[in-house]
Amino acid sequence: MLFGKQGRDDLVIRGAHVLDTAAGVDAVLDVRVDGGTIAQLGTNLETNAHRVVDGQGLVLAPAFVDPHVHLRTPGREDEETIASGTAAAAAGGYCAILAMPNTEPVVDSAAVLGSLAETAQAEADVPVGFLAAITRNQGGAELTEMAELASAGAAAFTDDGQPVVAPGLMRRALQYGAVTRRRLALHCEEPTLSKGGQMHEGAVSAELGFEGYPSVAESLMVERDLALAAYERQPLHLLHLSARESVEALSRAQVAGVVATGEVTPHHLCLTDEAVRSLDPNVKMNPPLRAEEDRQALIAGLRDGTIGAVATDHAPHARHEKEVPFEAAPFGVTGLETAFSALYTHLVEPGLLKLETLLERMSAGPARAYGLDAPRIAVGAPANLVLLDLKASRRVSESDFRSRSANSWLLGQTVKGKVRLTIAAGRVAFEG
Amino acid sequence: MAEIRVMREDLLPPKEPPRRHLISIGDLGRDDVERLLGTARNFERSLERELKKLPTLRGKTVVNLFYESSTRTSSSFELAAKRLSADTMSIKSAGSSVDKGESLKDTALTLGAYDPDVIVIRHPQIGAPQLVARYTNAHIVNAGDGKHQHPTQALLDLYTISEELGRIEGLHVAIVGDVLHSRVARSNIQALALMGARVTLVGPPPLIPRGIEAMGCEVSYEIDAIKAADVVYVLRMQRERMAEGANFVPSLREYTARWGVTPERLRPGQKVMHPGPMNRGVEIDPVVADAADALIEQQVRSGLVVRMAVLYDLLTHGPAGVQAAALHEIGAA
Repeated sequence: MLFGKQGRDDLVIRGAHVLDTAAGVDAVLDVRVDGGTIAQLGTNLETNAHRVVDGQGLVLAPAFVDPHVHLRTPGREDEETIASGTAAAAAGGYCAILAMPNTEPVVDSAAVLGSLAETAQAEADVPVGFLAAITRNQGGAELTEMAELASAGAAAFTDDGQPVVAPGLMRRALQYGAVTRRRLALHCEEPTLSKGGQMHEGAVSAELGFEGYPSVAESLMVERDLALAAYERQPLHLLHLSARESVEALSRAQVAGVVATGEVTPHHLCLTDEAVRSLDPNVKMNPPLRAEEDRQALIAGLRDGTIGAVATDHAPHARHEKEVPFEAAPFGVTGLETAFSALYTHLVEPGLLKLETLLERMSAGPARAYGLDAPRIAVGAPANLVLLDLKASRRVSESDFRSRSANSWLLGQTVKGKVRLTIAAGRVAFEG
Repeated sequence: MAEIRVMREDLLPPKEPPRRHLISIGDLGRDDVERLLGTARNFERSLERELKKLPTLRGKTVVNLFYESSTRTSSSFELAAKRLSADTMSIKSAGSSVDKGESLKDTALTLGAYDPDVIVIRHPQIGAPQLVARYTNAHIVNAGDGKHQHPTQALLDLYTISEELGRIEGLHVAIVGDVLHSRVARSNIQALALMGARVTLVGPPPLIPRGIEAMGCEVSYEIDAIKAADVVYVLRMQRERMAEGANFVPSLREYTARWGVTPERLRPGQKVMHPGPMNRGVEIDPVVADAADALIEQQVRSGLVVRMAVLYDLLTHGPAGVQAAALHEIGAA
């Protein structure tokens, strides 16, 4: 299900604070990687003539998994390619990413999927899983040939960017999951409620004059999809949750036994609709930044595990498309290269989230949501590792991005937490 | 929450000297408003003279960049600049390179190459004035951006109220109608609250934006609420902004029956204002529009002197009697 370069690198990371709570590791250790596989954990390990990386003062954790990336390929290679997007992912500490199918053309046939997989196999610095569309051309009318797409390697199915509006069609797609054995990942938006919406509906939109995109436009669809999933006894994954009511609905469904997972983006965890006062097109995204109570509910949901995954919703846009008035700008911001630093700076440092929790929600959590093998630090596991310098800070600047686009909400900000080394699929994919 | 500043580095205020703009009433403090109204009063007296033109802004260039149709705003800015002896240039989107698909950024860069001192911009999209401010060295005056702000309208309304009623502080103003689509309403709520007036919004619930009370106003859905006000400010029903099937109100007939400002709904002595253009017989009864208590023509006259004051204030540091500098820099909150 993942396509990308594989490696058989040999190296020893010496003296890092190795942190993988799921594997029960939380100590200063050496880690030896032989031929791309974790071979030994211990102190004063033999180097076996391997390359040695000094990990003193750094944290070594399972590398991250991003369940929500727009690689813009095919169709908008000016904004991102598989090569540039996965280089950006490596720089952000990721060892695997999932790409959304809302490209031009849409990934709705085995032919398109196959050609992407082939390119990724040759060019992707970090393995990529490709989601395929639920409906043909994401038109919301006819199902794609989901069984064939699953056989061709589709990681899951989504119409991301668009909701599946018709409940009857949503139900059919869920039923078909019993055949494909792949999750549906749902962009929850009731279009008649969100229509024309530029930002969260509330006091800020009222003052600025923007058309509102109310929370209920999301949570109503979340409730509908959870109800259908419960009825069909099929799992689902909820994309980029933004509203308190959505988190509450997800929590209720989980308690009731629905197999449902959810994700949240760094920008929804760090910012509120107050940020839109700047009228900066780089704080315009769908779903929109919401109120402080929503942000707090998202943080709480991430903390208690209701929301199991951090997803960047990395959405590159060409410069000229964002250099327009807020109202004319497209939705979406980049995130692969800043996610960890942003969340470390804005959630971990102020004490809102434990480092271990953040690491879990950026790695094992998203892997679990899609049934992928979780990266772990254990003997015999493939080397998927990230070496983090928590003390280093940097000013986010356009010239540092490996992504082809620079529509980041963090430009000009100083953040803490730097990725020093990423090993993805047994291969050193990034050093910084 | 942790302090997070979302401000791109190239949006940060330039170092020296700070360039002043009038983009939102939020850029102004009470002192700024009082200074501007005082300047407008001085200009009003100067216009009583036989020779109406003042040499104050000789050699300065004011560009009027209008992406939306406008009669009173564009003409009053143009006349205001001419009365102050500035050179003016008017660009309308129709017939310009905008028609050919030129982006606002490129239009700004093109106009900026002529080093205009002021660019007055009206644009259908929120945030257009900020964008032009980024790409030119001119002082920017927002003459209306989408549903966001129309600060000179609010200033001329304050001027009109203070000239007619002798004060603003402590007055009660009812703003009636389509608040949702109205930049005039937003600017006025802010401006009136800043100057200490009490504001009540009156209209059908779908046309009163959720959460607007946070701007410092009250909301009523009953037209009777206007009776308590000193000034009734009637907004235009913006039919062009109401898409077919949007169902903000079931019909204009029902709107007029419920919320139209008629003589019966007013009490004697209440002043009535309207930013124009009016839909007579829809939001305002023609009898009300033409009554002695209507200040609608005064508003148009105030527009000229207030816009003279704004141009003057942005381009000078002020002579004796007028305090120096300080329309706030954008973003320098």
